[in-house]
Amino acid sequence: MLLIECPWCGVRDETEFACAGEAHIARPLETEKLSDEEWADYLFMRKNPKGRHYEQWLHAAGCRRYFNAVRDTVTYRISATYKIGEQPPGEGEK
Amino acid sequence: MLRAFRPPGLENPALNMSKYSIFSLVRNAVSYHENWAAAWRSPEPKPEYDALIVGGGGHGLATAYYLAKEHGMSNIAVLEKGWIGGGNTGRNTTIVRSNYLWDESAHLYEKSMQLWEGLSQDLNYNVMFSQRGVYNLGHNLQDMRDIQRRVNANRLNGIDGHVVSPQEIKRAIPEINIDQGCRYPILGASFQPRGGVARHDAVAWGFARGADKYGVDIIQNCEVTAIRQENGAVTGVETTRGSIKAKKIGVVVAGHCSVMAEMAGFRMPIESHPLQALVSEPIKPIIHTVIMSNAVHGYISQSDKGDLVIGAGIDSYNGYGQRGSFPTIEHTIAAICEMFPVLRRVRMNRQWGGIVDTAPDACPIIGNTPVEGLYFNCGWGTGGFKATPGSGWVFAHNVATGEPHELNRPFALDRFVTGFLIDEHGAAGVAH
Ligand SMILES: Cc1cc2nc3c(=O)[nH]c(=O)nc-3n(C[C@H](O)[C@H](O)[C@H](O)COP(=O)(O)OP(=O)(O)OC[C@H]3O[C@@H](n4cnc5c(N)ncnc54)[C@H](O)[C@@H]3O)c2cc1C
Ligand SMILES: [Zn+2]
Repeated sequence: MLLIECPWCGVRDETEFACAGEAHIARPLETEKLSDEEWADYLFMRKNPKGRHYEQWLHAAGCRRYFNAVRDTVTYRISATYKIGEQPPGEGEK
Repeated sequence: MLRAFRPPGLENPALNMSKYSIFSLVRNAVSYHENWAAAWRSPEPKPEYDALIVGGGGHGLATAYYLAKEHGMSNIAVLEKGWIGGGNTGRNTTIVRSNYLWDESAHLYEKSMQLWEGLSQDLNYNVMFSQRGVYNLGHNLQDMRDIQRRVNANRLNGIDGHVVSPQEIKRAIPEINIDQGCRYPILGASFQPRGGVARHDAVAWGFARGADKYGVDIIQNCEVTAIRQENGAVTGVETTRGSIKAKKIGVVVAGHCSVMAEMAGFRMPIESHPLQALVSEPIKPIIHTVIMSNAVHGYISQSDKGDLVIGAGIDSYNGYGQRGSFPTIEHTIAAICEMFPVLRRVRMNRQWGGIVDTAPDACPIIGNTPVEGLYFNCGWGTGGFKATPGSGWVFAHNVATGEPHELNRPFALDRFVTGFLIDEHGAAGVAH
């Protein structure tokens, strides 16, 4: 069981959370000008790295707010969580 | 002393590698089964091949087998970073069925089913394919409507199946709980009589042995670390055992397909998730068929050894760790105990995870890539074991000719650009 630190509520069990996929995917501006390739990239293509991953989580059975986490996809260790809108911690940090 | 009786010719590996039969069994019994030849060679990689298959799971090995058998390409090699069948092929719950909703997937999985039906004979290797039937349970009215629709679609495609009532299920599987007052009552099911299970390791080994016989090199402990290209076409790979050249490369690495795509310089719509399974201690025969429930994420069958084989749902997060979280197992076991209260006190023996490559529409990606000569076969996610022979068969065509076979054309990577997704989520659910 992972212990996950919600930036608002503190450390809680994994079962209170839902993982909501890759973080920092910005919705494109001027969508009417996008090509099909650009739409596909935004909608479907994912980084899916083996290692450090920036991802969104929802504290579903808690404050019901989204936040971001940095997690290693091999060890599953979460090295940081931070609020939506905040800058992600850089590669070297934590 | 008894060795003096060994029939002549046993030292000859060519003879030992010949057909498995009652005669070879008897012949080898005379020498206490000490002289069976290895089922495939372990050659050193050559500097160049006509084609390379990256990934020695069932799909990669089947691709190599059909490349040699159907397309006469035997100067090829399978490169596997660990041991063959050590990925999802050797970790799955071995359910085989072809009752998919949409025509595109129904045709592909049914092709595979037909290959399964003759596979042990074709490979001269017992893959223990057992058509014991597969039930897909429905727990609410919408499940039942979907089941009706899917069974009708299957029958229009010539695929066997019918809808069964809770009473019919109970008659076939007396231990199942059809109490309508429980949390997820069983309202009915689809039943595909030709569905069943096969022995996963045997599938990998049988295809490996079959491919080896045609001269295919199976190279284990050989991880591909880079894909070389010139002017938009592949020229070879770098591996932990040196560089190998080839103008055609088929990549069949399941959970690692995004990693390989990044090496080649394009993006994939895939996310890799942990998917877990577990087996119980062996018990007397109690479940003679396969029972799956997508709604509660539990599926169960019993192996010939007597272990109950139980599959769970995926963990919601991405993971390459070949293990998942405990709450997922707890959830599955709760569902199994509700379905089969009689199993509550059975102890579990082993638990493990694989890395499944899930696609947005729960369908595989098979075909050409932006790099010439580089072909990908991935995205089978939670349900590709059943497709092993069919997937290898169509992919061999694609690699050999450079063009997709009609059966895999709809599964091209560019469907995410054109929008022609094949949405099997509703019908196939998360568990396969
Ligand atoms: C727990 C579980 C239960 C499942 N249950 C079912 C089921 O009941 N029915 C069903 O139909 N499907 C099921 N599946 C799905 C099924 O197992 C897979 O879809 C299928 O086995 C994929 O086969 P494959 O050959 O593509 O992949 P794999 O067997 O994973 O083979 C890929 C291979 O590529 C190798 N590789 C990766 N990277 C490299 C590299 N850089 N260089 C060289 N080699 C590399 C890996 O080591 C691996 O051996 C289940 C999966 C899991 C995990
Ligand atoms: Zn919270």
